[in-house]
Amino acid sequence: MEQNFTRIVLFAALIAVLGLVPPIPLAFGVPISAQSLGVMLAGAVLGSWRGAAAVLVVQLIVALGLPVLAGGRGGLGVFVGPTAGFLIGWLPAAFVTGLVVERMRALPVGIAATLGAVLGGIIVMYAFGIIGFYLVKNAGLGPDDARMSLGKAALIMAPFIPGDLIKAVLAGWLTHTIARYRPAALSSRS
Amino acid sequence: MLSLALPGVSWAHRLPAGVKFGLLALAMVGAMRVTALSVLGAALALTVVLYVSLGRAAIIAGLRALRPIVWVVAVIFLWHLWQGEPRQGVAFGLRVVVMMALANFVTLTTPLHDLIALIERLAQPLARLGLSPRMPALAVALVLRFIPVLQGRLGALSLAWRARSRRRAGPRLIAPLSFSLLDDADHLADSLRARGGLAPRPKGRD
Repeated sequence: MEQNFTRIVLFAALIAVLGLVPPIPLAFGVPISAQSLGVMLAGAVLGSWRGAAAVLVVQLIVALGLPVLAGGRGGLGVFVGPTAGFLIGWLPAAFVTGLVVERMRALPVGIAATLGAVLGGIIVMYAFGIIGFYLVKNAGLGPDDARMSLGKAALIMAPFIPGDLIKAVLAGWLTHTIARYRPAALSSRS
Repeated sequence: MLSLALPGVSWAHRLPAGVKFGLLALAMVGAMRVTALSVLGAALALTVVLYVSLGRAAIIAGLRALRPIVWVVAVIFLWHLWQGEPRQGVAFGLRVVVMMALANFVTLTTPLHDLIALIERLAQPLARLGLSPRMPALAVALVLRFIPVLQGRLGALSLAWRARSRRRAGPRLIAPLSFSLLDDADHLADSLRARGGLAPRPKGRD
């Protein structure tokens, strides 16, 4: 009980700290921040429910107005902006990442974590991000206004996917390393 | 780690946090439904009046919080201009700016302790699940305490790396950082247990 709570809290702090690390620009100019790597790692190491709880704590401190998102962002504004879907999508992203690691016990943990991070941290998170953008973009349209299609909304987000694939591989490698040196710490596989 | 809330006691600081959140929720639902540019323009004017009533510091903080979305608004506006429907581009820009600025207005005018008190009140039903209602507030306090600790440790790890290698450390330092974090979690769990743990206190004793 207490240990679950403190692990959740410390992974929440890790996600916040990874947002303070300066973003690394990719070769083609899109900056990637390490913050969503922290979300993937929380899910892969802590498992579905605890990983999602760690993200919930981060979302709570963002809502409280602490600038812990990458680029020093925070406050209630980020929950209603055009990119709010990504922030909200972290919750199911960590959950699904953890679920894959928990369920696919036949796979080595590093592979399962990479797979989980791709499924949760990319596919699920982008689904939320794209739908969030779609909703804000198409809000309050008149009868003869053209809607932006979901496909177009997805196209706008596409440049960020290569960076997230790199993060998924890193999350798998980090989970593998943690499993090797601290096997007892892997709540997702115990 | 400092909260984005502005110090001071303006009229908006004195409003109860619950009232501000309720009004904000209504405003957000409204802003998502409005179609007419005139209404969105009026909402923007009202938002500007709210910020001006708080003074210079609030205006600067409000504009700074909007900076990250400028490129999104600009790209969408240019796309609509190219499509020959500038009205939609303007509506999108106005809506996003009004919604985010109003939400940030609540953040700027609600001190952290008011929000923690609100969380503790909302967390009361946790007791029925056998969990301590103090848990969310305790989690927030501990995260805020550990952010500078982990940040300092990451700094020390990267200094140690640079002393040994000329290459960039990159994300590999997250591995030793998470080992130390897991040790911290165990120690912290021990000290929480030593102080009575997280179970709700039985009624009538304290």
